[in-house]
Amino acid sequence: MRAAALGSGAVVVLGWPWAAPRYFVFLASLIAINAIVAIGLNLLTGYTNQLSFGHAGFLAIGAYAAALLTIQAPLVPLPATLLAAGLVTAAMGLALGVPCLRLEGLYLAMATLAFGFVVVEAILNLDWLTRGNDGLRVPAARIGPWALTTDTSRYYVVVTVAALLILAARNITRTRTGRALLAVRESEIAAQASGVHLAAYKTLAFVVSAFYTGVAGGLFALVVGFLSPDSFDVFLSVDFVAMIIVGGLGSILGSVMGAAVITTLNDSLAGFQSYRPLVFGAILIVSMLFMPGGIASALQKIQPRQGDRA
Amino acid sequence: MLEVDDLSISFGGLDALSGLGFSVAEREIFALIGPNGAGKSTVFNVITGLYRPSRGRVVLAGEDLLALASHQVARRGVARTFQNTEVFRRLSALDNVLVGRHAHLRAGAIRAALGLGAVRREEAEARRFARTLLARFGLEDVADTESGSLPLGLQKRLEIARALASGPRLVLLDEPAGGLNQTETQTLMEIIRRLRDESGLTIVVVEHDMELVMGISDRVAVLDRGRKIAEGTPREIAADATVVEAYLGSGSDA
Repeated sequence: MRAAALGSGAVVVLGWPWAAPRYFVFLASLIAINAIVAIGLNLLTGYTNQLSFGHAGFLAIGAYAAALLTIQAPLVPLPATLLAAGLVTAAMGLALGVPCLRLEGLYLAMATLAFGFVVVEAILNLDWLTRGNDGLRVPAARIGPWALTTDTSRYYVVVTVAALLILAARNITRTRTGRALLAVRESEIAAQASGVHLAAYKTLAFVVSAFYTGVAGGLFALVVGFLSPDSFDVFLSVDFVAMIIVGGLGSILGSVMGAAVITTLNDSLAGFQSYRPLVFGAILIVSMLFMPGGIASALQKIQPRQGDRA
Repeated sequence: MLEVDDLSISFGGLDALSGLGFSVAEREIFALIGPNGAGKSTVFNVITGLYRPSRGRVVLAGEDLLALASHQVARRGVARTFQNTEVFRRLSALDNVLVGRHAHLRAGAIRAALGLGAVRREEAEARRFARTLLARFGLEDVADTESGSLPLGLQKRLEIARALASGPRLVLLDEPAGGLNQTETQTLMEIIRRLRDESGLTIVVVEHDMELVMGISDRVAVLDRGRKIAEGTPREIAADATVVEAYLGSGSDA
């Protein structure tokens, strides 16, 4: 049953570029990118109970890092570029996470929100590097002799990276580190009494979350091909939070589903900009009222599976 | 084993503990009793590094615990339970015990992410250990149940199992019988005795249930308003006039 679901899922994902129109290949890449961000955000918010409204900032850092590296050093292979984008962003996660250790709940939300604004301002002000509001055109990335010039080739890169990161997240959440994060969320004093170093794990959550989002940013630069600060506004951060709420806090699979739902929804509402907040808000409220655990836990109730929490 | 000396701490000008001292020998069951607000839980919070006392010393097997952070105290072999049961409510009973095992496991985030064989082996071994431990506490049937949905009696037992998973030398039990009925309390007394007799642990227990205190303790210290007013065997304490005074005088529920 499980293997069948996984297998058919893999067939759909791999066959997608042949079945779907070109635009939907691009959209699927966007979903996969957002899924990576949602997983990263979920590790921070869903697993460790640290709310962030600043993940668009992390995404921007990863995107610009990858774009600038591609421009400055075209010979660097794509995997190295993505890794570098992740590491640069993870360092920013460390820099933000440590001072945020003293903050909780709303105060943390405010601090991360401010971080998101600061990143956008920084992109505008560092225009000698980022070209500010004019935007930055990202040259096609290369893997060895192949230039990734088509939506399909980029789609496969994105899907491969997403699959690897999903797998890594499952491995992390099902072992010692993931349990420590969940323990911090459930009871800080009991976690400490079990030998969990509170500050270390809260910071680790920030670093890993930023790493994921940074890699996603690198993929975003690759897929979209053009970066400007207004792609990374605060509403994007809110979208990411909506993804993990709709998908399910503390669930990897839920993050992916939440990303799919919100990204698709955003795309379908693109023509009705003025109604977007209305529909969006309604969906959030309804999902919180009727699926408090998100899609992931709603699915689990339909088909209970013992001992499975990812 | 455990030496507490001249411990003082105050919250907002109110002395929660003043000049408290006691010592617990290895493999001893030592009870702290006293009316509500006497400072019993505060003692545990100081020993485990949650509160910093203004004066005093806490020494475990020659090592000063007050210099350590809370998680480091745990790693020195001090495990505890909480007055208002602190199980990780949305985690399964098994995962609760696995968190208790945290300090014995090595796998970091990167090695886990890569799914290395060593990590898998460690994880499998930890799960075996945790299931065995759950079985010892009669919790094997609820291993995969979300712990927050367990009845209080089982949550309390799970908390002890989680504490034990860290392989402690000293266990601090904060009102383990609170909210339990007669039968559950009897089972609990049996469990606590076995912790000492079979696992060789040293146990400090804070408790209001006199049947439990008198039934299992080797020695009892009585606290009242942050001071120790009596210490002795259960028999001596039961006959002590100051103790009776402290309890009846303050109209406590004990």
